[in-house]
Amino acid sequence: MKFTLMINEGPYQHQSSDTALQFARAVLEKGHQIYRVFFYHDGVNNGTRLSVPPQGDRQLQKEWSVLAKAHDLDLVICIAAAQRRGLMDANEAKRQGLDADNIIEGFHISGLGQLIEGSIQSDRTIVFGD
Amino acid sequence: MTTKKFMFVNRKAPYGTVYALESLEVVLISAAFDQDVSLAFIDDGVYQITKGQDTTGIGQKNFSKAYQALGDYDINKLYVEKESLTERGLTLDDLMALTWEDEDDDYTEKPSIHLVDRAAMSAIMADQEVVFSF
Repeated sequence: MKFTLMINEGPYQHQSSDTALQFARAVLEKGHQIYRVFFYHDGVNNGTRLSVPPQGDRQLQKEWSVLAKAHDLDLVICIAAAQRRGLMDANEAKRQGLDADNIIEGFHISGLGQLIEGSIQSDRTIVFGD
Repeated sequence: MTTKKFMFVNRKAPYGTVYALESLEVVLISAAFDQDVSLAFIDDGVYQITKGQDTTGIGQKNFSKAYQALGDYDINKLYVEKESLTERGLTLDDLMALTWEDEDDDYTEKPSIHLVDRAAMSAIMADQEVVFSF
């Protein structure tokens, strides 16, 4: 089965990004396909590479990044939500005239159309949020 | 492209958190994909479409007028849960008169808001293919 996941809450603040990560792993383990993972609202913070959680804690952003690499996942951060919250890739930072970017490898920034298109293409859309 | 039944479930008050505003942004984008789109307003989500919203005291943009544009995007199935209104002391008269023009019926203006009870809302949700919850 083909899944699109939507993640609406920030890492560490809310359980939903942990649950989504665990769900993604379980889906892949069972041999299903993840068409797209779309990060929205504070969920965009799952894509920062500047998070330094205390030792011994899980490293959500890195774990997403590793999972994306292993399974060639399409991890999309919503551009409108990202701009509000200061999540930038190199292109967007340049376009906005900003002095830094902060997206972790495996994520990229795109529009809300990617969420709708993902849901059209997938058998199931699962929302992780509050 | 395939047409699917999309429902956007709005559960939160329009201000206080960004959920309502960012939900509306997704709804407006979905209109560009020619899908069968409907909206549900339950719990505090019913406040999103109340009349006379005034945000001057909180320094935020009043985006309630954007709901009036939904009809122009062929988004005209707005289901409002009766019980959620009643629990908050609200009636249909407290909501904005959201309408759309039916081009198959000489552009007659028709109401977009449909009051449904909890059981009916549940049945409508069960009938959807994609449900986004905000």
